[in-house]
Amino acid sequence: MSVLRPGHTYGSVTDKISSIVQTQQPKSWWIGFAVGFVLLMVFLYATTYLLATGIGIWGTNIPIGWAFPIVNFVWWIGIGHAGTFISAILLLLKQEWRTSINRFAEAMTLFAVACAGLFPLLHLGRPWIFYWLLPYPNTMDLWPQFRSPLVWDVFAVSTYATVSLLFWYAGLIPDMATLRDRTHNRFAQIVYGMLAMGWRNSARHWHRYQMAYLLLAGLATPLVLSVHSIVGMDFAVAIVPGWHSTIFPPYFVAGAIFSGFAMVLTLTIPLRWMYGLHDFVTLKHLDNMAKVMLATGSMVGYGYFCEVFYAYYSGSPYERYVTVNRMLGGYAWAYWLIVVCNAFVPQLFWSRAIRRNVTALFIISLVTQTGMWFERFVIIVTSLHRDYLPSAWHMYYPTVWDIAELLGSIGLFLTLFFLFIRFVPMISIFELRELVSETSGEGEGE
Amino acid sequence: METPKDIYALMAEFETGDALLEAARRAHEAGYRQMDGYSPFPLHGLSDALGFRRTRLPLVTLIGGLLGGGGAYFMLWYASVVSYPINVGGRPLHSWPAFFPITFELAVLGASFAALFGMLALNGLPQPYHPVFNVPEFVRASRDRFFLVIEARDRIFHLGDTRKFLESLQPARVFEVEP
Repeated sequence: MSVLRPGHTYGSVTDKISSIVQTQQPKSWWIGFAVGFVLLMVFLYATTYLLATGIGIWGTNIPIGWAFPIVNFVWWIGIGHAGTFISAILLLLKQEWRTSINRFAEAMTLFAVACAGLFPLLHLGRPWIFYWLLPYPNTMDLWPQFRSPLVWDVFAVSTYATVSLLFWYAGLIPDMATLRDRTHNRFAQIVYGMLAMGWRNSARHWHRYQMAYLLLAGLATPLVLSVHSIVGMDFAVAIVPGWHSTIFPPYFVAGAIFSGFAMVLTLTIPLRWMYGLHDFVTLKHLDNMAKVMLATGSMVGYGYFCEVFYAYYSGSPYERYVTVNRMLGGYAWAYWLIVVCNAFVPQLFWSRAIRRNVTALFIISLVTQTGMWFERFVIIVTSLHRDYLPSAWHMYYPTVWDIAELLGSIGLFLTLFFLFIRFVPMISIFELRELVSETSGEGEGE
Repeated sequence: METPKDIYALMAEFETGDALLEAARRAHEAGYRQMDGYSPFPLHGLSDALGFRRTRLPLVTLIGGLLGGGGAYFMLWYASVVSYPINVGGRPLHSWPAFFPITFELAVLGASFAALFGMLALNGLPQPYHPVFNVPEFVRASRDRFFLVIEARDRIFHLGDTRKFLESLQPARVFEVEP
C-alpha cells in the first residue's frame, strides 16, 4: 500500500484538493461546524460569567490551586505537538507519508495552542493584566521572575504559537497562489492573491523557499521538544511530592506526541470519509500513525513505572505516600483509568489488523485522549490534594463551570478547524504534486 | 541588436518537468542568463540548470537567531543583575543556567522570523504585479504546466532568434509576454 493511490496526475490532485474549498460543503461539514459553534457559545457564556464573577465559580481552591484550567492547558498544548512533529521532524527524516497530513495537523497545532493559551490566562483571575507576564518597561519598576519555569512557559508557548503560525503560513503560500489562479470569484481572487503575495512558482523562488522551509523545520524540531519540556519543568521544579522528578520533561514530551497523534487520527478518520480522501490518506498513513502511538504510548507506560520506582527509591515518605495514595486513594479510579488507557490500550497496535481497522483506530484515539486528559488530572490534583500539611487536605470536585470551560474549548477548537477546512486547502497541494512526480505518476522520476 | 521596447520576455510552455529541465540547460549553454523557470512544485535541479546555486538565506537566518538569542540573554542579565537585583539566599545574581530556556526560545523565534521574512525579501515578495501573469495560459504554472521565460533585457535576446531557439526546444507553445 503506497502513500498515494497510483494514477493521479498534477492536475487531478490540484482539482481534488482545491475543489474542497471551492465548492459547496457537504452536510457533514455543517453538522460538525454547528456542534463546534454551539460549544463555542457555551465557552463564551462560561467565560463571560467567569470574568464577571471571578474564579471562585470553579472548584479550584487551596491547596488545589491548579486544577481544571491547568489540566486543560497541558492537555491542549500536548495535542498540538503532533502537528509540529509531523510537519518538522518527519520532514527532516524524509518521511513521504507526512505530505498528505501535515497541513491539517499543523492547523490542529495552531488551534490546540490557541485553546491551551487561554487557560493559564483565565486562571490568572484578572486576565486583563496578563501583560504583566511580559518584560516591558513599566512604571512599577518591576521585571518578571526570569528564574521561574512559569515565566519560561510564557516564552515557550508564545514562541511555539508564533513559529507554528509562520511555518504554517510558509507552507500555504504556493497553495494560496494555486487558489488565486483557479478561482473566478473576484473577491476570492483578491483575498487569495494578497495571501499569496505575488507568488509565481519561479525556480529561484522555489530554491529559497525550500531552503526557508527546511530551516523552519530545523528550528521547529528542537522548539517542539523544548516546549513540553518546559511545561514539564513547571511541575518538576516545584517541591510538591509527585512532581519533583527529573523524568518529567521527556515523559511529558512522549505523552504530548502520543495524545497529539490520537487527535490527528480523530480528525483524519472523519475527514477522509467526509471528503473522500482515501486516495491521499491511505491505510498506510493510519497504520504509521498507530505505530507512532504504540511507541510513544509505551514510553508513557515506562514513565508511569519510573514514577512508582522513583517514589520507592527516593526513600521520602511524602513521595511514597503520594504514590500509594494515587493507586489506592480517593482518585484511584482515575489512576487506573490512565494506566489502562495510556499504557495498555496502545499495546493493541502490535496487531496489524487493528492498526488497519478504521473503527478501532477511531475508538482507540478517543480512549487515548480521555486517558491523557486524566493523566494530567491525576498528576495535578492527586499531588496537590495531599500536600505537606494534613489539615489542608481535601478532595477536589469540578463545578459545572469547570466542565463548561473544557467542553467550550473543544467547541473553539472545532469551530476554528471547520472554518479552516472551508477556506484553506487541508492538504498541501504543491507537495502532493511533488509526490506525484516522485512516485512517477507522470513519468517524471529522476 | 534589436530589442523591442514593448516586450518583457518570451515564454515557452512545456508539458513535463523533464522537458523544462532540458530546455533550461540548453538555454544556459546557449548563453542566456536573464531567464527563469516556472513549475507547479519545486523541480529538483531546475535552479541549478538556470545557473542559480547559492542563496544567502542560511546566513540571514543565523543572524536572526543570534540577534534573538543575544538580545534575550542581554535582557535577562540586565533585568536580573542591573535593573532589579534580588538577593535570594546569597545565590549569584547572574544565574546563567536559569537564563537558558528563554534565550533558546527567543533565538528560535528570531531565526524563524528571519527565515520566513528573509525568504520573502530575497524573493522580492510581496510583489503585486508581474508581467508573466499577462499570459492567460500562465495560470497553469500553479497546476500542471512548466514554463521557461527568457527576458528581453538579456544581453543576447533577439525577438526572432530567441523565438526560433525556444521553438527548437519543442515546447507546447511560445508566448510573447507584455511588460
